Amino acid sequence: QMLRLIYTTTAVQRKNVGASGPAKYTEAFIKKQIEEFNLGKRHLANMMGEDPETFTQEDIDRAIAYLFPSGLFDKQARPMMKHPSEIFPEQRKIQWGEDGRPFHFLFYTGKQSYYSLMHETYEKLLNVEKYQDHLIAQDLPLQKEKRNLAGSRWLTKIELEEMLLEKLSDDDYSRFVQLLQKLSDLPCSDIEEKYIQKFSKEVPVQMEKVVIEPLQYDERGVAFSTSEGRRKTARATAVVYDNGTGKMTVNGIDILHYFPVLQDREQLLFPFQFLGRIGKHDTVCTVSGGGRSAQAGAIRLACAKALRSFVTGKEVEFMRQAGLLTVDPRVKERKKPGQEGARRKFTWKKR
Amino acid sequence: DDKLLSEPLSHPDFFNVKELFTLKDLFDARVHLGHKKGCRHRFMEPYIFGCRLDQDIIDLEQTMQHLQLALNFTAHIAYRKGIILFISRKRQFCHLVERTAQACGEYAHTRYWQGGLLTNAHIQFGAGVRLPDLIVFLSSLNNVFQPHVAIRDAAKMNIPTVGVVDTNCNPSLITYPIPGNDDSPSAVELYCKLFRMTIIRAKDKRRQSEAVEELR
Repeated sequence: QMLRLIYTTTAVQRKNVGASGPAKYTEAFIKKQIEEFNLGKRHLANMMGEDPETFTQEDIDRAIAYLFPSGLFDKQARPMMKHPSEIFPEQRKIQWGEDGRPFHFLFYTGKQSYYSLMHETYEKLLNVEKYQDHLIAQDLPLQKEKRNLAGSRWLTKIELEEMLLEKLSDDDYSRFVQLLQKLSDLPCSDIEEKYIQKFSKEVPVQMEKVVIEPLQYDERGVAFSTSEGRRKTARATAVVYDNGTGKMTVNGIDILHYFPVLQDREQLLFPFQFLGRIGKHDTVCTVSGGGRSAQAGAIRLACAKALRSFVTGKEVEFMRQAGLLTVDPRVKERKKPGQEGARRKFTWKKR
Repeated sequence: DDKLLSEPLSHPDFFNVKELFTLKDLFDARVHLGHKKGCRHRFMEPYIFGCRLDQDIIDLEQTMQHLQLALNFTAHIAYRKGIILFISRKRQFCHLVERTAQACGEYAHTRYWQGGLLTNAHIQFGAGVRLPDLIVFLSSLNNVFQPHVAIRDAAKMNIPTVGVVDTNCNPSLITYPIPGNDDSPSAVELYCKLFRMTIIRAKDKRRQSEAVEELR
């Protein structure tokens, strides 16, 4: 029997993909994906000549990067082989049993995890208040260990959404944070410390304490200090020696020959002039990259940072306020399409 | 199985809910206190005993009858394994109502009511949801002193309602209204206790009857 080609219109072939909603992954599908992933992992290990038993995720990433080299910039667009639980987002399973009765008692609210969280937190609050009343009735003092408020923060809205597997609105989130705050502000909230810690995170110390290096001593007993500086594309290192005569060498060449222009030499001398130590230090610098001014600026920063070790804290503060210790953030701005340069537009012609 | 379901219907008070409360209990829990004369709703006038110093007093004899009917009805629903949803928009009692629902093994909704929860359930929750078979209002007004949307929605979806109606509420769309105070903590605690006891009693009775049937 011959199969005849029936011509259909494109309207029939077009399917409304968006109408089915976000893709639903059944449990069987995910299980199959996990089995396939494990099998594939072992095959990959064999291919690379490694032991299939001890093949970790890092090995997989390296193997895939080796077998499928990709020049794409976006890391997420490159080929990847990860465990299905990381690729397929976690989804809510069916919320009711065979007889139709939902499992959770707040199911009919719509946002069951969020409201049950509010319910639990409020219950903890009531517990703490009851304990407080109990202590007051017995005339006992209410203790308050100082919680480190500066070192911790509450979970962000996105982290909370991940925790609850449910979308939240900004109002919901702010209400929850207010309730948590109220709970933690009570005097006897130490009882529920464990519960509160589930929703707080450590904040890493933001301010890096700038460490001023101590002076080092070379074979002759002369104190010196080394540091680096940069400006635009220039990178410089400077070694400043004590008990010197004010000589400065750059890449083995004296500054008078390396920087013919007065302006660059003024830049180099500025840190020493500011501290009044012009004839007192010897400097040996190396610099690469950038242009004339950029190299001068880089060496200036390097010298200023090196001088911090020779000088008191107050003078360091003066230097900082003078702008000697700040890295100049100005770099060349990129050219944009449709324009002649970074800012210059093409000539505007009226007609 | 048929006998299990039809036997309770032959008795007027199969679960003996009358013994759970007395008139004195209601009085001590301040159930008879209504709102001021100015807040009175026209349809609540039959249930009001009188007015003292501008405050309405609810007729506890009528409340007793209505309460008995309502509790009997909830007991029957619980016996037949129906889903009961407790609703109260009073912030003071939100936690209490949720706890009561949890203790009974039923459901509660004491938060902001989203528009299509009952009428648009298949899209909000997913296909194949089972809607509540009874809705119990422990306060039939919402936070702006207007009738709760769920009363109208339940009537639309043919879901019977039991509700505590205060002197400023509209009892028309509620199938089993219970005229009584919904603002005092003692009154609401009494209602929660009564509903909890009836539901647990009805469920226990059902389990016993099923065990007896299996033995045969």
